[in-house]
Amino acid sequence: MSIVVNERDIVIPGEALAEGLDFLPGDNTYRENEKIYSKVLGLVSIAGRVLKITPLSGPYIFKPGDKIIGEVIDILMSGWRIKTGTAYTAMLSMQDASSRFIRKDEDLSRILAVGDYVVVKVTKVTSQNLIDVTMKEPGLHKVNGGRIIKINSQKVPRVIGKKGSMISLIKAHTNCDITVGQNGLIWLRGTPEGEQLAAEAIKIIEQKSHQEGLTEKMEQFLVSRTGKKIENYMPEESSE
Amino acid sequence: MVYKQRLDGRKDDELRPMEAKAGVIPNADGSASFKIGKTWAIAAVYGPRELYPRFLQDPQKGVLRCHYGMMPFSGSGERIRPGNSRRAQEIAMVMTKSLEPVVDLSSFPNAVVDVFVDLPQTDAGTRCAAISAASIALADAGIPMKDMICSVAVGKVDTKIVADLTYKEEQIHEFNPESHDATVADIPVAMIHNTKELTLLQLDGDITKEGLLQALELAKGATEKIYQLQKKALKEKFLMGEKQL
Repeated sequence: MSIVVNERDIVIPGEALAEGLDFLPGDNTYRENEKIYSKVLGLVSIAGRVLKITPLSGPYIFKPGDKIIGEVIDILMSGWRIKTGTAYTAMLSMQDASSRFIRKDEDLSRILAVGDYVVVKVTKVTSQNLIDVTMKEPGLHKVNGGRIIKINSQKVPRVIGKKGSMISLIKAHTNCDITVGQNGLIWLRGTPEGEQLAAEAIKIIEQKSHQEGLTEKMEQFLVSRTGKKIENYMPEESSE
Repeated sequence: MVYKQRLDGRKDDELRPMEAKAGVIPNADGSASFKIGKTWAIAAVYGPRELYPRFLQDPQKGVLRCHYGMMPFSGSGERIRPGNSRRAQEIAMVMTKSLEPVVDLSSFPNAVVDVFVDLPQTDAGTRCAAISAASIALADAGIPMKDMICSVAVGKVDTKIVADLTYKEEQIHEFNPESHDATVADIPVAMIHNTKELTLLQLDGDITKEGLLQALELAKGATEKIYQLQKKALKEKFLMGEKQL
């Protein structure tokens, strides 16, 4: 009747986390014979009586409401097929792509051509992982200029940081526009040097994502590279 | 003359020196290197990704697909013809079957997880090394798994029940003139670590029922050693980074 791991321990699949019925199995865990086991390689997180594992690697799992970045790979009768960097493609239908009226015989490639990148939001996920996305909300648009880099989707929360602290830090020091998709695709736009530095910084975060105090380490790195320290990089309390 | 001392001087239940590392191939979603004695397996996992041709897709769950290959220079001098062979196909099949019971691909319908294992050097026990390496690589790739699979060969050389046979022990009558009429049994075993259930059990050679049961008992201890190494390899990948910076 006890717990055998600590918060933030690294566990491997099949490793026992707790014994007895005092604890409940949360995400990425399962119970068998009164014991709770981990199902993935990850970090233990204990929330009251619930044991969860935060994966250290692994594929992106679609959730409605997630903002993702994808590439248009095909034009269909009434929409576009979007490559998402996972095993599944997403569907962007015509009425979800643009608020303006699209004529019946209009050439859809004039709105989005094959090879374009888009920032979209997941609206629907079925059991077979058929994905519907929309581009009609504020902040969703076609990608113009800049560059796209890809990281493991499990590291996205660290790249954003608590209340966006990490991403604001990088934005402030590199003067880049940065849009992070939950699927691990990141769009950077700024000066070539700024983009380069931002890409480097994000790669470092991806590698060291399981460490604590990463924001401070990244601030040191960025200050040493740009040669200037920026106080109060966090935006005012207005954004979401 | 009976086989008293093992050819390389190991104890009966002793495995060859082992080494394992996770994350050796940066391009792959997960990877591992696993060495046991002179046998060396490198595994890379890609996916879940789209599966084509489409008739291979399973709408109920994702598909696990394994590939096994010995590199052309991996034998003892004779060039090994690369590419598929009956032997490689069989081993790829038993690898898939031994890993499938723990790998949970129910949330990836119509997709595939590819496991590629190649061996730069071989000295018996390749399918076991391949499975142990694949298990580390799958965990490293973040694929949901019920448990780890640990695999090792056990067997009988003459009257001795031993773990982790070498090629010379398998061919004892050639290398040890004193045991020219000895019988040898080579039993590759893969085990689910927590439940001790067998997911691979093959047998090549001659053994009695009692001998087989003894060998399988020995396998429990031997797979535990593999498990400890797999665990260490996976955790080390992340603890290493902690020391830097």
